[in-house]
Amino acid sequence: MSDITVGVVVFPGSNCDHDTEHAVASFPGMKPVMLWHNDHDLQGAKAIILPGGFSYGDYLRAGSIARFSPIMKEVIEFAHKGFPVLGICNGFQVLLESGLLEGALSRNRDKKFLCCQTSVRAVNGSTIFTSLYPENEVLSIPIAHGEGNYFAPPEVIESLEEHQQIVFKYTDAKGKISEEANPNGSLKNIAGIVNRQGNVLGLMPHPERASEKLLGSLDGRGLFESLFLHIAEV
Amino acid sequence: MPYIAKIKVTLRQSILDVQGKAVDHALKNLGYRSVESARIGKYIEVTINETDLAEAERIGKEISQKLLSNPVMENYSLELEQIK
Repeated sequence: MSDITVGVVVFPGSNCDHDTEHAVASFPGMKPVMLWHNDHDLQGAKAIILPGGFSYGDYLRAGSIARFSPIMKEVIEFAHKGFPVLGICNGFQVLLESGLLEGALSRNRDKKFLCCQTSVRAVNGSTIFTSLYPENEVLSIPIAHGEGNYFAPPEVIESLEEHQQIVFKYTDAKGKISEEANPNGSLKNIAGIVNRQGNVLGLMPHPERASEKLLGSLDGRGLFESLFLHIAEV
Repeated sequence: MPYIAKIKVTLRQSILDVQGKAVDHALKNLGYRSVESARIGKYIEVTINETDLAEAERIGKEISQKLLSNPVMENYSLELEQIK
């Protein structure tokens, strides 16, 4: 069987693109392909990943300019057709700006850029991105952001909850969801959400930075594994 | 004559403005006791090469909503001035 292509979009200012490429390539049968933001060709990718970084220097608002990069037209169409799109950190910000996900990310509550290991839980294990995570397992995955404070109007939060669209929440080391375990002030400790159709996920933690033993955690692998299992089956 | 669109983007009141808060603290530390609060926003000037005010206004509004502000967390105000 030939390898399955996974597209990693490279915006000017992306800086986790090669980490993501490295993580994807570590899964047998998966072939990462780098997609330049100025192109229009998704090169036959079966899933698209928008990586972390500081696209366009975070000018204006994080993700706001990348959202209008030429390739985003194809990425949005790809998502509307039901194919999987994953946005990590700055990629999550781009997905929110593009309207593929609802809400916004503002400055961290305590004014600091946070670069640390966090505990999160996949509170919805039935998505194509989380199907292989054991229920209630506490995952150790790092965050690295200045603007990860998730906000949405009350009616949007209600609707996200009603449709099980909240996928990752910040917890303490024991898996308890509390204000103390909330690193950045996100509403409801939200670390990641999925769209209503279930094929577009955005999250602030970096699974690609928790995908090999040398990095101190393997907990991010479950996300890629779940996603790749899904695209291999389709 | 073209117009200058002067656009102010501010965070909605319900959004915590950490920059404004830091400036507010600094002003209080400087002894300005009557300072109650500070909020920080953005000021953007866009030159629009249209001679018709209504058309310049339509473009100004559209770019403010589409790119310059994020309606989930920000408000904007638009002022148009004709370049003499």
